[in-house]
Amino acid sequence: MVAQDVELDLPQGVRHALIGPNGAGKTTLINLMTGMLAPDAGQILLGGEDITGLKPEARVRRGLARTFQINTLFPQLTALESVALAVLERDGHARNWWRGLTRFGTEVDEAASILRSLNLQRGLHRLTRELAYGEQRLLEIALALATRPRVLLLDEPAAGVPKEESAELFAAIAGLSSALTVLFIEHDMDVVFRFASRIHVMVGGRILVQGTPDDIARDPRVREVYLGRAHRVPA
Amino acid sequence: MANANVKPLEVVFWLATLLPFVLTPNYLSLASQIAITALFALSLDLILGYAGIVSLGHAAFFGAGAYTAGLIAKHYWSEPLTGLLIASIASGLLGYALSHIIVRFRHLALIMLTLGLGLLVHEAANSASALTGGADGLQGFRVPAVLGFRFDLYGTTAYAYALAVLFLCFLVSRRIIHSPFGLALRGIRENATRMPAIGAPSRAHLRKVYTIAAAMAGIAGALLTHTTSTVSLETLSFGRSADVLVILILGGAGRLYGGILGAIIYLVARDQFSGINPQYWYFWIGLLLVAVVMFLPNGILGGLAKFSRPRS
Repeated sequence: MVAQDVELDLPQGVRHALIGPNGAGKTTLINLMTGMLAPDAGQILLGGEDITGLKPEARVRRGLARTFQINTLFPQLTALESVALAVLERDGHARNWWRGLTRFGTEVDEAASILRSLNLQRGLHRLTRELAYGEQRLLEIALALATRPRVLLLDEPAAGVPKEESAELFAAIAGLSSALTVLFIEHDMDVVFRFASRIHVMVGGRILVQGTPDDIARDPRVREVYLGRAHRVPA
Repeated sequence: MANANVKPLEVVFWLATLLPFVLTPNYLSLASQIAITALFALSLDLILGYAGIVSLGHAAFFGAGAYTAGLIAKHYWSEPLTGLLIASIASGLLGYALSHIIVRFRHLALIMLTLGLGLLVHEAANSASALTGGADGLQGFRVPAVLGFRFDLYGTTAYAYALAVLFLCFLVSRRIIHSPFGLALRGIRENATRMPAIGAPSRAHLRKVYTIAAAMAGIAGALLTHTTSTVSLETLSFGRSADVLVILILGGAGRLYGGILGAIIYLVARDQFSGINPQYWYFWIGLLLVAVVMFLPNGILGGLAKFSRPRS
C-alpha cells in the first residue's frame, strides 16, 4: 500500500472522514502522519510546525494522536492503569521511579474521568483483555485522548463493532471537544455522512476528491469508485 | 491500580529469612549463596519480568561487579561497602553502554545479542589475565569484615550481609515497580507498539531499567566476591546467565518474589540432589523446569496466585 501526491489539509476543530476502498492507502497515510512510517518525500505540518523528522512519540507530545484499526492495547493492564500511563507520560511523570503511583492522584483521577466520559466507568479496574470488544474500542480512543491531542486520527474506530453499538461510539466521538480536529477512517457511509463535516476520498494512494458531504455525494467520480468501476486497487 | 501496600505475607516472608540463623546454622553459607542468587534473579526480573527484555547474558553484569569488587579488595582497600558501591557503578555503566544496543532489538535477535555480548565480556576477562587472573580467577585478597563484623567460618556474617543488601535492593525494586516508571515498563512489556502512540519514550525507559538492573546484578556479584574472597571466570559464564533465567522462570517472572523463591528452590534442590548424586543433579532440575513450564506457565508464584484466587 502506498500513498503519493497526497495533499491533506485538516482545519482545526473540523470532523473529517477519510474514505476509500480497501488498499487505498488510508492507514498508510495515518502511519505517515504519525511517524510510524517514514515518507520518501513531502512534509507533514502540525499547526504550522514541520514535524516530518520527528519520532512518533515526539509527534504525540506535540498533539497528534491516533488509534489503531486492530486493538493495540495493554492486555494485562487495567483500563485505568492504561489511561493513567498515557496521562503520566504526557505530563513527564513516567520517568519517576522513586514515588509511588498513589502519589499521582490527580493524574489517576484525570484518567478515570476520561474513561467515564466514554462510558467506561464499569471497566475501570478490569484488565484490558477482560473487557468486551466494544469497550476495548473505546479504550483505544481513551488512550489517545489522554495524550490531550490537538489532532486525533481514528483508524476505523468502529471496526468489528455491531452497527447499533457503532452509532453509540460515534456519538461519543461527536461529543469530543470542538477545539479538537478529528480525522476518522470509516466504511459505513451512513456514519460518514452523519458525523463528518468534511470528507476526503482516497483511491490508489491518492486523494481523489475532498469536500463537504454534499460535494462528495454529488461527485460522479466518487460514485464511480463506490460502484466499483475505478476500483482497480487490490484489496 | 496495582496495590503497593505491604501485605502480611510479605512481612512473614522476610521474618522467615532470619530463620536460618537459628534453625540451620550449618547451612548459612548456602543461605548466603541463595540471597546473592536471589538478588541476581531480582535484577533480571526488573528487565525480563517487568520490561520484557529477555537476556541470556546477564552474568556479564554479575561478573563485572564481582571483578570490580575483587580488584578493589586486592589492590586498594578491603572495606566492602564502598567496594559494593563502586562495583554497582561499574556494572551500571557497562549496562548503560550496552543498553544502547540492546533496546534496538527484540525477541530472538535480542536473545542472540545478549548471549553474544555475554560471551564477549567473558572472553575479554579471560584474555585480560594480567588483570583478572584469567582461568585461575582473582585470588590473594581477603575481605576481613563488614561494618566491624568479621566474616566467620560458619557464614553468619556473610548471610547477614547478603540478606541485608538483598532486602535493601528489594525495597528499591518494589518502589520502582509501584512507581509511574514501573507502570511504563509494564506498558512496554504489554505492547511496545502502542507506547510511542501514547507519547512514551520507550527506548529511554528501557535504557534506564537496563542500567538499574545491571547495577543491581553488579551488587550481587560484589557480594559473592566479599563473602568468598575469590572471583572466578564462572561469574561471567553463560552457565550463570542460563541458571538465573531458569531460576526466575521457575519462581515466576514479573512478580518480584519469583526470583527469590526460584533461588531458594534451585539452590536447595542442587544442594540436596548433588548430595545424592553429584553428577546427575541437573536431571532433577530439568524435570522440575519442564513440569513448571508445562503446568505452571507463570512460574510457581504465578501458579500459587491462580490457585489462591480462582477465576470464574
